[in-house]
Amino acid sequence: MTTPGPGRPRALPVGRDALLLEVGGPEEAQALHAELLRRRTAGDLPPVREIVPAARTVLLDGVADPRALAADLTRRAVPPLTTEGSAPVVLPVHYDGPDLAEVAALWGVAEDAVARIHSGCEFRVAFCGFSPGFGYLTGLPERLHVPRRATPRTAVPAGSLALAGPYTGVYPSASPGGWQLIGRTDTVLWDPDREPAALLSPGTRVRFEACP
Amino acid sequence: MPVNALTVVRAGALTTVQDLGRPGYAHLGVPRSGALDEPAHRLANRLVGNAARCATLETTVNGCALRTGAAVTFAVTGAPCPVRVDGRPGAWGAPVRAPAGAVVEVGPASAGLRSYLAFAGGVAVPPVLGSRSRDLLSGLGPEPLVDGASLPLGPVCGPPGAADAVPCAAPPTAELVLPLVPGPRDDWFTGDALRTLAGGGFRVSPASNRVGLRTEGPALRRAREGELPSEGVVLGAVQVPPDGRPVVFLADHPTTGGYPVVGVVPAPALAGAAQAVPGVAVRFVPVRG
Repeated sequence: MTTPGPGRPRALPVGRDALLLEVGGPEEAQALHAELLRRRTAGDLPPVREIVPAARTVLLDGVADPRALAADLTRRAVPPLTTEGSAPVVLPVHYDGPDLAEVAALWGVAEDAVARIHSGCEFRVAFCGFSPGFGYLTGLPERLHVPRRATPRTAVPAGSLALAGPYTGVYPSASPGGWQLIGRTDTVLWDPDREPAALLSPGTRVRFEACP
Repeated sequence: MPVNALTVVRAGALTTVQDLGRPGYAHLGVPRSGALDEPAHRLANRLVGNAARCATLETTVNGCALRTGAAVTFAVTGAPCPVRVDGRPGAWGAPVRAPAGAVVEVGPASAGLRSYLAFAGGVAVPPVLGSRSRDLLSGLGPEPLVDGASLPLGPVCGPPGAADAVPCAAPPTAELVLPLVPGPRDDWFTGDALRTLAGGGFRVSPASNRVGLRTEGPALRRAREGELPSEGVVLGAVQVPPDGRPVVFLADHPTTGGYPVVGVVPAPALAGAAQAVPGVAVRFVPVRG
């Protein structure tokens, strides 16, 4: 649809009232998402029904004139993501998951070091999906990335803390899943009767705290 | 139980409470949901004097039956079907008055799949995130109807609408023709993929549901291999999984997906997709965005 300038997002048409903005990677996608939210708050974005960030894209859905918006958004540079803002959400975790030994082996550390290493990282919700309130958290250094389990579990309990590739996640409700389970939290991540229903939404900073 | 509640006598194959869904939460992984045949939902509400946002019942294939607690006006739209009040025939596509304690019956669809049953006042189960829709993907909203369940009705908000004729598209019986705006990932497919889509060799798969209209037929060939990182997906997106058979995303679709989207069916055309029974031929007609 529109050719970007250097460092600008690329806009792809999606039907008649949406567009997909594509950038180089996860960091830039988070920066673009933060910038779009900032512009919306500042009244500097036309009305849009949904802003959906993902791994390297942000979808804008329910836009009156996607072509005009694409031309506007691909012309402007995206400021880099800042780490300032509100305090992180702190999730108390029991690091006692069934895959703790496997993850420790993959990291080349003792089992009891996993809690210290993981809780020492600062995370950020890059995007949500899979099920309501499930956040894909970035922040784990690349050397700690682990593969998914060869065979997914048919049942993962709610509150399970899990790792896969670059992401950390907490299952908001019981579901099947193939991520490596290293712990669990009692904090309720998703409650449709609560405002907000999702404890974690894109852009939320997160820290895990090891429970004794 | 409030006097104006309904009691489910026969739940049918799948009857769910639906309204206009819960847009605005896709970034949290919450599907939009809502009535699959939205024009039929709106018409049913209009016929009984409801606002468009009032909840109706969406039946699947074989209808449902409910006993009224108090006298009430109702209307049935969507897939054409027999309508009965205490066994006596009532009108389809028009407001019908049922006395207290009567059994309102929506019979099996004679064409199409989904009928919409609106009651004056609307089905007033508690909303979840602003909507009474049942979302079958993530399990939000009221459970599908079961025999013996009770459904409250809201206060009547207006007089029933009079209509000489109801504007309602007939369900597609021979062929479902869906306009398709190519993109955002049509470049992941070979040049003949769009020609294959337009060729009409597809049929509605029996695996279709409120999440998506699945198809059987020729496989679309990829121009590039590898995995697409997950990205946001819109209503009407035609996603192509590794088997090459296009899936048209309907109201309960996941909000992000990792398979390339070859094109998007504009929302007004999706009512036809909601009513296409398994085996109906499907043709995608590429149109400009």
